[in-house]
Amino acid sequence: MTAELVRGQNLPLPHTRLEVRVSAGAPVVCGATLADAEGRLSGAGQVVHPGAPRLPGVEVPGTAAMEHRLVLDLDALAPEAHRLTVLLALPGGGGDPGAPAHFGALAPPRLTVGVPDGDGIATYTLTGLDTESAVAALELYRRQGAWKVRAVGQGYADGLAAMLADQGLPPMTAGELAAAALAAAVPTAPPATAQPAATPLTPGPAVTGPPPPRTADGGSAAPTTAVPLDRATTDPAATGATARPPAAVPGATIDYSHPRRSTASRPAPAVERAAGTGPRPPAPASAPAPATAPAVPVAGDAAGWTMDERLYNQVWGMFEDLARTTAAYRSAIDFADSRREQELDRALADPRARIGSAGDAARAAGGARYEELSARARETLDRDLAQLTAESEAVEPALPPAYARWDHPVWLGYRPPAEPAMAVRLGDLRLPERPELRIPMLIRLPLERGLWIDSGRGGSAGSLMADATELRRLAAGTAALHAVRLLAAHPPGGCAAHLLDPGGSAASAFASLTAAGLVSAPPAQGAAGVTAVLDRLVRRVELVRMAVRGGATDALPPDIDLADQLLVVNDFPYGFDDRSVTRLRYLADEGPAVGVHLLLVADRADAAAYGPLLDPLWSALLRLTPVPDEHLADPWVGHAWTYEPPTAPAGGGALARVLGELGSTRR
Amino acid sequence: MRTAPAAGRPGLRRVLVNRTRVTAAGERQERGQRVTVNMTKGQAISLRKNDGGDLTAVRMGLGWQAAPRRGLFGSRTREVDLDASAVLFAEKQPIDVVFFRHLVSDDGSVRHTGDNLVGGAGQGGDDESILVDLQRVPVHIDQIVFTVNSFTGQTFQEVQNAFCRLVDETNGQELARYTLDGGGRYTAQIMAKVHRAGGGWQMTALGAPSEGRTFKDLMPAILPHL
Repeated sequence: MTAELVRGQNLPLPHTRLEVRVSAGAPVVCGATLADAEGRLSGAGQVVHPGAPRLPGVEVPGTAAMEHRLVLDLDALAPEAHRLTVLLALPGGGGDPGAPAHFGALAPPRLTVGVPDGDGIATYTLTGLDTESAVAALELYRRQGAWKVRAVGQGYADGLAAMLADQGLPPMTAGELAAAALAAAVPTAPPATAQPAATPLTPGPAVTGPPPPRTADGGSAAPTTAVPLDRATTDPAATGATARPPAAVPGATIDYSHPRRSTASRPAPAVERAAGTGPRPPAPASAPAPATAPAVPVAGDAAGWTMDERLYNQVWGMFEDLARTTAAYRSAIDFADSRREQELDRALADPRARIGSAGDAARAAGGARYEELSARARETLDRDLAQLTAESEAVEPALPPAYARWDHPVWLGYRPPAEPAMAVRLGDLRLPERPELRIPMLIRLPLERGLWIDSGRGGSAGSLMADATELRRLAAGTAALHAVRLLAAHPPGGCAAHLLDPGGSAASAFASLTAAGLVSAPPAQGAAGVTAVLDRLVRRVELVRMAVRGGATDALPPDIDLADQLLVVNDFPYGFDDRSVTRLRYLADEGPAVGVHLLLVADRADAAAYGPLLDPLWSALLRLTPVPDEHLADPWVGHAWTYEPPTAPAGGGALARVLGELGSTRR
Repeated sequence: MRTAPAAGRPGLRRVLVNRTRVTAAGERQERGQRVTVNMTKGQAISLRKNDGGDLTAVRMGLGWQAAPRRGLFGSRTREVDLDASAVLFAEKQPIDVVFFRHLVSDDGSVRHTGDNLVGGAGQGGDDESILVDLQRVPVHIDQIVFTVNSFTGQTFQEVQNAFCRLVDETNGQELARYTLDGGGRYTAQIMAKVHRAGGGWQMTALGAPSEGRTFKDLMPAILPHL
């Protein structure tokens, strides 16, 4: 399994013949330095860069590109080389005015150390960069005869020259070398140096050919489409608490840094440096944050094997923290309230206090005590909410499509994933104490139970405002959004959708899905259509359950589709007879375990004729609403959270992109 | 309706301050060496460090030795189950309690690491722990009382190597320790309380023996100590 490194983490390397794959949001120059045991460079000859792309055992590409492969043979390195640092630098620091000048304007570069053309051993995403134009990304170092890799991520705002000087080169030499490296990497360089990108060091099938050819036009065209979200262009005063990246340009990059925080407070890898075992290079250019400052939240600050898992855990951690900190606040306010009541009762129980100023004094004293306690509680709450808001602002832009809101720019670059997402976002959750702080409601895939979009009036303020037909229309639209998101979270062919709309009332809501070819057949109408679809799915569930129980999954008939199935039912129970209702209940109970999922749009009042018979169905489904409604409880304290359903993205660009991508894989 | 999202969730335990507490590693060197306090009943010590800073986290540990296995019908061994509990008070009103049925206080500041039903090796290790993050305790909570109960009914005389202690969680320093075994025919002890004093917290050793299966039986006995 590929390990996801965090800054400062190290990992033993099982091989010495390696490949470092780099992918960045804009063309970057890639190089390496070979330092001695003290971490110092003995001279300019120890730097591998586009102008001098080869030393024994290490070879770097000769041009700036968005994708790189560095070929390493650690056994072939000079014996005095103890530490190999993989560095990235932006060529735009010099000539091309359109190129990004610092890493903060790019999506975080990602590095993978792996066997040549094979599995990755470790990956590292360089998050949190800002004004740096050069960064020491990874370190491969000898430790007691073996090689290890460490995620460094040390950026240098003063560029490559500063980094080389930091590693021990005289400033003059460092400056000349940096200029030479960057000059050799820009596409106008003579083809002689630009050509030998990464030719394999060793012959054999295991090693790849040159990296994707990145010609002069390709190298310079990319930055013009990328829109750097520079903090300088974002007025800090204008961005509210719910500030979002001013997105919506295809190919737009995401600024992972916090919009209202200065670079000075960003934590440098100070802990790693202090705890490092070997001798360390001199202090880095960017000063570490003071230890007393509250930690600046970063995306992915949680446990997990992959970034997706870390973000999932982080979001759930935020959910729990918000629930608990609000519980502390409410408990304090309740206590202050009841204390004031009691004090007042006591004061009034004394008949002498009823007349005269004593009663008023008691009342005033009680009120003052109440104010004092509630102010302190509010202060604590505000401190925690500020921290969570900052964390939310760091996390939201970093979310992958399956976790992201529909207006997130990541959808504009959507491609079907290679494997099912870990979870999907079904909406947002918030508490009245801070309505603008919204926690993504992430639910694990595969779904453990079906979803029920309640098209009835649940009693919430939102549903009472809309009229009945409007609610039904909203519910069908919400269901369509959920369906698209579920399909988008699966790889091509990983999930098939079926649509049951016996009344035909959701034709417009589901038209986009049908048009894009996302449903296997046009919405089944009438009772006959319902029966046919249900029979097919029930048969699949029965056969797969039997096969799984008997351990004979290879004996399934060939016409069984083993992909996940999503059954969307609109306007239940219209068009359902008793037999169909029973079958639907069977699917709701037994389907999730074998990959058949239910998305039901229904008004419970419509099914009142069934009496309590359908109660188990309703309670087996996760109820969602088409309008904001407080009906979800958290698992820790049980607050009533306001659920906010997803809304279709303005302009529909993201949705069109997703539908197009999904549809094209199905044809 | 209650969501069941926790079902698919890996056991994640986190409070806001868990992350900020990482800085404690740096403070550790500067904190002066503190002498273990041998508490006597009713003695109060301030949880304030020599350099004026406050303690941020304390842990109550409870350890005892499992009942010896009997040979043939080993399952009939009379297991010893001691339980640690913490009751949170605001001006003498119980607000919340952390015990084996409610492992985390609603605000997340007090956490029980899990019920141990049989005890341990009896070599001084904690078999149950309650962690208190003093910085995150809600503003109205002014006292936290720690208790030990014998759920299976043995008196402390019958339990081997039983002790409870209070530990400064930031550096592992023991603040108070009681040896429970041989302490008489009691099934419960109101061990200590941590209460607000000035801007910080203070600990008072109570060490009051009592009787009861869970903390609920102790409530009348706790109230005089508040």
